[in-house]
Amino acid sequence: MVELTLPRNSKVGKGRTFKAPAGAKRVKEFRVYRWTPDDDANPVIDTYELDLDRMGPMVLDALIYIKNEVDQTLTFRRSCREGICGSCAMNIDGGNTLACLKPIAEVKKAVSIYPLPHMPVVKDLVPDLTAAYAQLRSVEPWLKSDTPAPPDGERLQSREERAKLDGMWECILCFCCTTSCPSYWWNGDKYLGPATLLAAYRWIADSRDEYTGERLDALEDPFKLYACRTIMNCTQTCPKGLNPAEAIGKIKQLQIERKG
Amino acid sequence: MSASKGDIKVMRSQLGRVRGLGAAKNGVEHWWVERLTSIALLPLTIWFVVSVIGLLGAGHVRMIHWVGQPVNTVLLLALVLMTFHHMQLGLQVVIDDYVRGPAHLATTLLNKGAAGLLALFAVVAILKMAFWAPAI
Repeated sequence: MVELTLPRNSKVGKGRTFKAPAGAKRVKEFRVYRWTPDDDANPVIDTYELDLDRMGPMVLDALIYIKNEVDQTLTFRRSCREGICGSCAMNIDGGNTLACLKPIAEVKKAVSIYPLPHMPVVKDLVPDLTAAYAQLRSVEPWLKSDTPAPPDGERLQSREERAKLDGMWECILCFCCTTSCPSYWWNGDKYLGPATLLAAYRWIADSRDEYTGERLDALEDPFKLYACRTIMNCTQTCPKGLNPAEAIGKIKQLQIERKG
Repeated sequence: MSASKGDIKVMRSQLGRVRGLGAAKNGVEHWWVERLTSIALLPLTIWFVVSVIGLLGAGHVRMIHWVGQPVNTVLLLALVLMTFHHMQLGLQVVIDDYVRGPAHLATTLLNKGAAGLLALFAVVAILKMAFWAPAI
C-alpha cells in the first residue's frame, strides 16, 4: 500500500560537523547526505563550514574542495564540470540539478545536498541508476531503418526535419527529471520516466527513423507512457532547460492520431 | 533489505525486468476518454447548475415536469453517465499511482462497482421522473 514515511533504514540522522578554518571570512554551511554500505548505520547529514574564498563559484567546486581538503571519504560522481556529462546530478537546495551548473550564491541559506531522490544509494551522493539506464535501453534509442544508407554519404534530412530534434538531442541523461517525478517515485519499476520518454520521442520524431509505429507500440501502456500525470516537475528541474513534459504530450498526441 | 547480506532474491537482468511482460497495448483510450468526458462535462455541468438555480423554490411537481421534458432528460442522463465515468477513470489513476499488490484489484473493483451502481441509481431516478411523472 501507500508508504507515508521513510523506511526504518532510510531515516536520516545527524552527522559530524566540520568547522570553518580560523580566519575564514565568507563562511557558508554545506549539509551533505552521507551513507555508506560498509556498516549497518542509517544515513546522516554531515555539516561542512567552508570558506567560499578558497573555492570556485559552483556547488561542485565546494564538493571537490571538501574531498580534497576536508573529508576524503565524501563520495560523489563528477567528470566534465561544465554541464555536458551529467555525472554530478544531485538534489541541491531541494531541487535536482547539476552541481557544476549550480552557483553557490543562488542558495540563500545553508546548502543542502542529497543524492537524486528515490533511487537506491550506492554511497553518499552516488545513486544507483542501472534501472533507469535499462529503461533507456528498452526504448532502443538508436536509428532503426530498413532503407540502406546511401553508399556515398549520410542519410539526409531537410532543415525542417532536423529542426524537430532541437530540444531533445541536448539531453545529457543526467536523470534529474526522472528522479524529480512523483509518478516515477511511486511506479518507477513500470513507468519509464521523463528522461527515457524524451529519448523515445527523439527517435519517434527523427525523419530518418522508420520504426515510428513499433516505437509507439512499445509505449502504448497504462504505465510505461500513461503513468505521466503532467506534473511538470521534469520540465521545471531540467538543468539544460529542456521540456520532457512536452515530448511526452507529443507522444500521447501521436497515440491518438494513429487511432484515426 | 534482504534477511542476510548476500541473500539476493532477484538476479534477472535490469533490461529483463524493465521489459517485463511487454506493453499492454492500451491506456490510450483511458487517457483520451478522461479528457473527452471532462470537455463534455464543462457545458453540461454549467447547464445543470444554471438550470437548478432557475428552479429554486419550485415545487415537486414542477421539478418532475422539468426533468420529464425530453431535452432535460437526455442532458441529465448525459451528465450523470459522463460524471460517473469520468470519476471512475480519474479515481483509477489515483489507485494505479498509490495502491500496490493484491489491494490494487480490490480497490479497482470497488471503484468501478461503486461508480457503476451510483450511475445506475441516478439513471433510474431520472427515468422514473421522466416516464412515471403523470402517476404522481
